Amino acid sequence: MLTPPITSRDHVTGNQQGPTEIVEYGDFQCPYCGEAFGVVRDMLQALSNIKFVFRHFPLAESHEYAMDAALAAEAAARQQQFWQMHDALYLHQQELSDTLFPELAKQLQLNLEQFQEDMQDNLLVSKVEADFESGIRSGVNGTPTFFINGKRFNGDYRNLLAAVRH
Amino acid sequence: MLQKGNKAPDFTLAASPDKKITLSDLRGKNVILAFYPADWSPVCSDQMALYNEMLRFFERHNAVLFGISVDGEWCHKAFAKDRNLHFDLLADFEPKGAVSRQYGVYKDGVSQRALFVIDDQGVIQWSYLSPIGENPGADGILQALETMAKTA
Repeated sequence: MLTPPITSRDHVTGNQQGPTEIVEYGDFQCPYCGEAFGVVRDMLQALSNIKFVFRHFPLAESHEYAMDAALAAEAAARQQQFWQMHDALYLHQQELSDTLFPELAKQLQLNLEQFQEDMQDNLLVSKVEADFESGIRSGVNGTPTFFINGKRFNGDYRNLLAAVRH
Repeated sequence: MLQKGNKAPDFTLAASPDKKITLSDLRGKNVILAFYPADWSPVCSDQMALYNEMLRFFERHNAVLFGISVDGEWCHKAFAKDRNLHFDLLADFEPKGAVSRQYGVYKDGVSQRALFVIDDQGVIQWSYLSPIGENPGADGILQALETMAKTA
Protein backbone atom coordinates (compact mmCIF):
# COMPACT_ATOMS: atom_id res chain seq x y z
CA MET A 1 0.00 0.00 0.00
CA LEU A 2 1.07 3.54 -0.70
CA THR A 3 2.68 4.97 2.45
CA PRO A 4 2.00 7.77 3.12
CA PRO A 5 -1.07 8.43 0.98
CA ILE A 6 -1.06 11.49 -1.30
CA THR A 7 -0.39 14.62 0.77
CA SER A 8 -0.25 18.35 0.13
CA ARG A 9 3.53 18.00 -0.31
CA ASP A 10 3.03 15.98 -3.46
CA HIS A 11 3.17 17.29 -7.00
CA VAL A 12 -0.20 16.71 -8.62
CA THR A 13 -1.26 17.03 -12.26
CA GLY A 14 -4.21 15.89 -14.34
CA ASN A 15 -7.57 16.23 -12.65
CA GLN A 16 -6.95 17.51 -9.11
CA GLN A 17 -10.34 16.13 -8.06
CA GLY A 18 -9.99 12.98 -10.16
CA PRO A 19 -11.50 9.87 -8.63
CA THR A 20 -8.62 7.69 -9.87
CA GLU A 21 -5.33 8.45 -8.15
CA ILE A 22 -2.11 7.30 -9.78
CA VAL A 23 1.29 7.75 -8.15
CA GLU A 24 4.52 7.10 -9.99
CA TYR A 25 7.86 6.55 -8.30
CA GLY A 26 10.40 7.51 -10.92
CA ASP A 27 14.02 8.32 -11.68
CA PHE A 28 14.69 10.89 -14.41
CA GLN A 29 17.68 8.95 -15.73
CA CYS A 30 16.03 5.54 -15.78
CA PRO A 31 15.32 4.56 -19.41
CA TYR A 32 12.16 2.64 -18.47
CA CYS A 33 10.86 5.75 -16.72
CA GLY A 34 11.61 7.66 -19.90
CA GLU A 35 9.46 5.18 -21.80
CA ALA A 36 6.75 5.32 -19.12
CA PHE A 37 6.69 9.11 -19.45
CA GLY A 38 5.11 8.72 -22.91
CA VAL A 39 2.62 6.19 -21.55
CA VAL A 40 1.59 8.56 -18.76
CA ARG A 41 1.30 11.53 -21.10
CA ASP A 42 -0.98 9.56 -23.43
CA MET A 43 -3.02 8.36 -20.49
CA LEU A 44 -3.54 11.85 -19.12
CA GLN A 45 -4.61 13.01 -22.56
CA ALA A 46 -7.00 10.11 -23.05
CA LEU A 47 -8.63 10.12 -19.63
CA SER A 48 -9.99 13.12 -17.75
CA ASN A 49 -10.52 11.41 -14.40
CA ILE A 50 -6.90 10.86 -13.36
CA LYS A 51 -5.18 12.61 -10.51
CA PHE A 52 -1.48 11.98 -11.19
CA VAL A 53 1.36 12.31 -8.69
CA PHE A 54 5.11 11.94 -9.24
CA ARG A 55 7.44 10.97 -6.39
CA HIS A 56 11.21 10.77 -6.67
CA PHE A 57 13.01 7.46 -6.52
CA PRO A 58 16.50 8.29 -7.78
CA LEU A 59 18.89 5.34 -8.00
CA ALA A 60 21.83 7.65 -7.54
CA GLU A 61 24.50 4.95 -7.37
CA SER A 62 23.43 3.59 -10.74
CA HIS A 63 22.51 6.85 -12.45
CA GLU A 64 24.97 9.72 -12.21
CA TYR A 65 22.46 12.52 -12.82
CA ALA A 66 19.36 11.04 -11.17
CA MET A 67 19.70 13.00 -7.94
CA ASP A 68 20.54 16.32 -9.58
CA ALA A 69 17.68 15.90 -12.02
CA ALA A 70 15.31 15.35 -9.09
CA LEU A 71 16.70 18.49 -7.45
CA ALA A 72 16.24 20.43 -10.69
CA ALA A 73 12.57 19.44 -10.72
CA GLU A 74 12.19 20.49 -7.09
CA ALA A 75 14.02 23.76 -7.69
CA ALA A 76 11.65 24.43 -10.59
CA ALA A 77 8.73 23.57 -8.30
CA ARG A 78 9.72 26.50 -6.10
CA GLN A 79 8.93 28.63 -9.13
CA GLN A 80 5.69 26.70 -9.81
CA GLN A 81 7.16 24.85 -12.78
CA PHE A 82 7.59 21.31 -11.47
CA TRP A 83 5.70 19.59 -14.28
CA GLN A 84 7.30 21.71 -16.97
CA MET A 85 10.73 20.64 -15.68
CA HIS A 86 9.58 17.04 -15.20
CA ASP A 87 8.55 16.90 -18.86
CA ALA A 88 11.68 18.70 -20.06
CA LEU A 89 13.95 16.30 -18.16
CA TYR A 90 12.32 13.26 -19.70
CA LEU A 91 12.31 14.81 -23.17
CA HIS A 92 16.05 15.46 -22.80
CA GLN A 93 16.86 12.26 -20.93
CA GLN A 94 19.66 11.35 -23.33
CA GLU A 95 21.43 14.65 -22.68
CA LEU A 96 21.33 14.84 -18.88
CA SER A 97 24.36 16.75 -17.60
CA ASP A 98 25.34 19.49 -15.18
CA THR A 99 24.98 22.05 -17.92
CA LEU A 100 21.56 20.83 -19.05
CA PHE A 101 19.76 21.78 -15.82
CA PRO A 102 20.36 25.55 -15.97
CA GLU A 103 19.80 25.33 -19.72
CA LEU A 104 16.31 23.91 -19.18
CA ALA A 105 15.66 26.42 -16.41
CA LYS A 106 16.49 29.18 -18.87
CA GLN A 107 14.17 27.70 -21.47
CA LEU A 108 11.40 27.63 -18.87
CA GLN A 109 12.17 31.28 -18.11
CA LEU A 110 12.87 30.57 -14.47
CA ASN A 111 14.78 33.00 -12.32
CA LEU A 112 18.15 31.40 -12.97
CA GLU A 113 19.94 32.71 -9.92
CA GLN A 114 17.17 31.50 -7.64
CA PHE A 115 17.07 28.14 -9.46
CA GLN A 116 20.79 27.54 -8.95
CA GLU A 117 20.59 28.56 -5.32
CA ASP A 118 17.67 26.17 -4.77
CA MET A 119 19.55 23.32 -6.48
CA GLN A 120 22.03 23.56 -3.57
CA ASP A 121 19.37 23.68 -0.85
CA ASN A 122 19.56 20.78 1.57
CA LEU A 123 15.84 21.05 2.22
CA LEU A 124 15.26 19.92 -1.34
CA VAL A 125 17.64 17.00 -0.85
CA SER A 126 15.60 16.03 2.22
CA LYS A 127 12.40 16.22 0.23
CA VAL A 128 13.77 13.91 -2.46
CA GLU A 129 15.06 11.52 0.18
CA ALA A 130 11.69 11.53 1.94
CA ASP A 131 10.09 10.54 -1.35
CA PHE A 132 12.62 7.73 -1.74
CA GLU A 133 11.96 6.48 1.78
CA SER A 134 8.21 6.57 1.25
CA GLY A 135 8.81 4.47 -1.84
CA ILE A 136 10.74 1.87 0.11
CA ARG A 137 7.98 1.73 2.72
CA SER A 138 5.38 1.40 0.02
CA GLY A 139 7.19 -1.61 -1.44
CA VAL A 140 8.83 0.02 -4.45
CA ASN A 141 11.62 -2.26 -5.68
CA GLY A 142 12.63 -0.49 -8.86
CA THR A 143 11.57 2.20 -11.27
CA PRO A 144 9.10 3.03 -12.51
CA THR A 145 6.58 1.74 -9.99
CA PHE A 146 2.97 2.86 -10.15
CA PHE A 147 0.25 2.85 -7.52
CA ILE A 148 -3.39 2.97 -8.58
CA ASN A 149 -5.66 4.20 -5.80
CA GLY A 150 -3.01 3.35 -3.24
CA LYS A 151 -2.35 -0.18 -4.44
CA ARG A 152 0.84 -1.20 -6.23
CA PHE A 153 0.31 -1.93 -9.93
CA ASN A 154 2.32 -5.06 -10.65
CA GLY A 155 1.63 -5.27 -14.35
CA ASP A 156 3.63 -3.91 -17.27
CA TYR A 157 3.49 -0.10 -17.26
CA ARG A 158 2.82 -0.15 -20.99
CA ASN A 159 -0.60 -1.53 -20.07
CA LEU A 160 -1.29 1.19 -17.52
CA LEU A 161 -4.01 2.83 -19.59
CA ALA A 162 -5.88 -0.45 -20.02
CA ALA A 163 -5.50 -1.21 -16.32
CA VAL A 164 -6.99 2.14 -15.33
CA ARG A 165 -9.86 1.85 -17.80
CA HIS A 166 -11.02 -1.42 -16.29
CA MET B 1 14.00 -22.31 5.76
CA LEU B 2 15.03 -20.95 9.15
CA GLN B 3 12.49 -18.78 10.91
CA LYS B 4 12.19 -16.13 13.60
CA GLY B 5 13.64 -17.37 16.87
CA ASN B 6 16.19 -19.74 15.27
CA LYS B 7 19.82 -19.14 16.06
CA ALA B 8 21.56 -17.98 12.88
CA PRO B 9 24.11 -20.65 11.88
CA ASP B 10 27.61 -19.23 12.01
CA PHE B 11 29.73 -19.19 8.87
CA THR B 12 32.87 -17.76 7.36
CA LEU B 13 32.70 -16.82 3.69
CA ALA B 14 34.91 -14.87 1.31
CA ALA B 15 33.73 -11.32 0.64
CA SER B 16 36.54 -10.80 -1.85
CA PRO B 17 39.69 -12.67 -2.85
CA ASP B 18 41.46 -11.24 0.22
CA LYS B 19 38.67 -10.68 2.76
CA LYS B 20 36.60 -13.11 4.78
CA ILE B 21 33.50 -12.40 6.86
CA THR B 22 32.56 -14.43 9.94
CA LEU B 23 29.00 -13.92 11.13
CA SER B 24 29.79 -14.32 14.82
CA ASP B 25 32.36 -11.49 14.58
CA LEU B 26 29.44 -9.15 13.99
CA ARG B 27 27.79 -9.60 17.40
CA GLY B 28 26.58 -6.21 18.57
CA LYS B 29 25.34 -5.35 15.09
CA ASN B 30 22.15 -6.32 13.33
CA VAL B 31 22.85 -8.28 10.17
CA ILE B 32 20.77 -8.52 7.00
CA LEU B 33 21.48 -11.51 4.77
CA ALA B 34 20.09 -11.28 1.25
CA PHE B 35 20.45 -14.64 -0.49
CA TYR B 36 20.00 -14.38 -4.25
CA PRO B 37 20.36 -16.72 -7.22
CA ALA B 38 23.01 -15.14 -9.44
CA ASP B 39 25.25 -12.17 -10.08
CA TRP B 40 24.37 -10.32 -13.30
CA SER B 41 20.81 -11.64 -13.67
CA PRO B 42 18.25 -8.86 -14.13
CA VAL B 43 16.16 -9.26 -10.97
CA CYS B 44 19.20 -9.79 -8.75
CA SER B 45 20.87 -6.75 -10.29
CA ASP B 46 17.82 -4.58 -9.55
CA GLN B 47 17.56 -5.94 -6.03
CA MET B 48 21.23 -5.31 -5.23
CA ALA B 49 21.05 -1.84 -6.84
CA LEU B 50 18.12 -1.02 -4.58
CA TYR B 51 19.92 -2.17 -1.43
CA ASN B 52 22.95 -0.20 -2.51
CA GLU B 53 20.83 2.96 -2.27
CA MET B 54 19.55 1.91 1.13
CA LEU B 55 22.73 1.40 3.12
CA ARG B 56 22.27 4.63 5.07
CA PHE B 57 18.79 3.49 6.13
CA PHE B 58 20.23 0.19 7.36
CA GLU B 59 23.03 2.00 9.18
CA ARG B 60 20.46 4.01 11.11
CA HIS B 61 19.32 0.68 12.55
CA ASN B 62 22.85 -0.44 13.35
CA ALA B 63 22.49 -3.00 10.58
CA VAL B 64 24.98 -4.27 8.03
CA LEU B 65 23.86 -5.92 4.81
CA PHE B 66 25.45 -8.80 2.89
CA GLY B 67 24.42 -10.35 -0.39
CA ILE B 68 25.06 -14.10 -0.68
CA SER B 69 25.02 -16.32 -3.74
CA VAL B 70 26.88 -19.39 -4.96
CA ASP B 71 28.95 -17.27 -7.35
CA GLY B 72 32.69 -17.21 -6.73
CA GLU B 73 34.54 -14.27 -5.19
CA TRP B 74 36.04 -13.11 -8.50
CA CYS B 75 32.63 -13.07 -10.11
CA HIS B 76 31.28 -11.11 -7.12
CA LYS B 77 34.16 -8.70 -7.41
CA ALA B 78 33.49 -7.95 -11.06
CA PHE B 79 29.74 -7.63 -10.47
CA ALA B 80 30.15 -5.33 -7.45
CA LYS B 81 32.60 -3.15 -9.35
CA ASP B 82 30.35 -2.91 -12.40
CA ARG B 83 27.32 -1.95 -10.29
CA ASN B 84 29.24 0.31 -7.91
CA LEU B 85 28.07 -1.70 -4.89
CA HIS B 86 29.19 -0.46 -1.48
CA PHE B 87 28.45 -3.61 0.50
CA ASP B 88 29.98 -7.08 0.54
CA LEU B 89 28.81 -9.97 -1.59
CA LEU B 90 29.65 -13.30 0.05
CA ALA B 91 30.67 -16.33 -2.01
CA ASP B 92 28.84 -19.51 -0.96
CA PHE B 93 30.97 -21.25 -3.53
CA GLU B 94 32.91 -24.10 -1.95
CA PRO B 95 31.45 -26.39 -0.80
CA LYS B 96 28.79 -25.07 -3.10
CA GLY B 97 25.74 -23.67 -1.32
CA ALA B 98 26.82 -24.96 2.12
CA VAL B 99 25.60 -21.85 3.96
CA SER B 100 22.47 -21.56 1.84
CA ARG B 101 21.67 -25.17 2.81
CA GLN B 102 22.17 -24.38 6.50
CA TYR B 103 19.63 -21.58 6.20
CA GLY B 104 17.28 -23.84 4.22
CA VAL B 105 17.31 -21.78 1.06
CA TYR B 106 19.32 -23.90 -1.42
CA LYS B 107 17.45 -25.37 -4.37
CA ASP B 108 18.24 -26.40 -7.95
CA GLY B 109 21.89 -25.46 -7.66
CA VAL B 110 21.40 -21.88 -6.47
CA SER B 111 20.48 -19.86 -3.41
CA GLN B 112 16.82 -18.95 -3.36
CA ARG B 113 15.77 -15.31 -3.09
CA ALA B 114 15.53 -15.11 0.68
CA LEU B 115 15.99 -12.43 3.31
CA PHE B 116 17.05 -12.83 6.93
CA VAL B 117 17.29 -10.15 9.59
CA ILE B 118 19.51 -11.28 12.46
CA ASP B 119 19.72 -9.36 15.72
CA ASP B 120 22.85 -8.28 17.55
CA GLN B 121 22.83 -11.53 19.54
CA GLY B 122 22.81 -13.72 16.43
CA VAL B 123 19.14 -14.70 16.55
CA ILE B 124 16.97 -14.58 13.44
CA GLN B 125 14.20 -12.03 13.97
CA TRP B 126 12.62 -12.10 10.52
CA SER B 127 12.90 -14.16 7.38
CA TYR B 128 11.19 -14.07 4.03
CA LEU B 129 11.30 -16.28 0.96
CA SER B 130 10.46 -14.39 -2.23
CA PRO B 131 9.32 -15.99 -5.47
CA ILE B 132 12.55 -16.46 -7.40
CA GLY B 133 11.65 -14.03 -10.18
CA GLU B 134 10.40 -11.31 -7.86
CA ASN B 135 12.41 -8.51 -6.28
CA PRO B 136 11.21 -8.41 -2.66
CA GLY B 137 12.18 -4.76 -2.16
CA ALA B 138 13.16 -3.62 1.30
CA ASP B 139 9.98 -2.65 3.12
CA GLY B 140 9.96 -5.97 4.99
CA ILE B 141 13.56 -5.48 6.12
CA LEU B 142 12.86 -1.97 7.42
CA GLN B 143 9.74 -3.12 9.24
CA ALA B 144 11.67 -5.95 10.87
CA LEU B 145 14.42 -3.58 12.02
CA GLU B 146 11.86 -1.14 13.41
CA THR B 147 9.99 -3.86 15.26
CA MET B 148 13.29 -5.03 16.79
CA ALA B 149 14.13 -1.48 17.87
CA LYS B 150 10.75 -1.15 19.57
CA THR B 151 10.97 -4.42 21.48
CA ALA B 152 14.65 -4.08 22.39
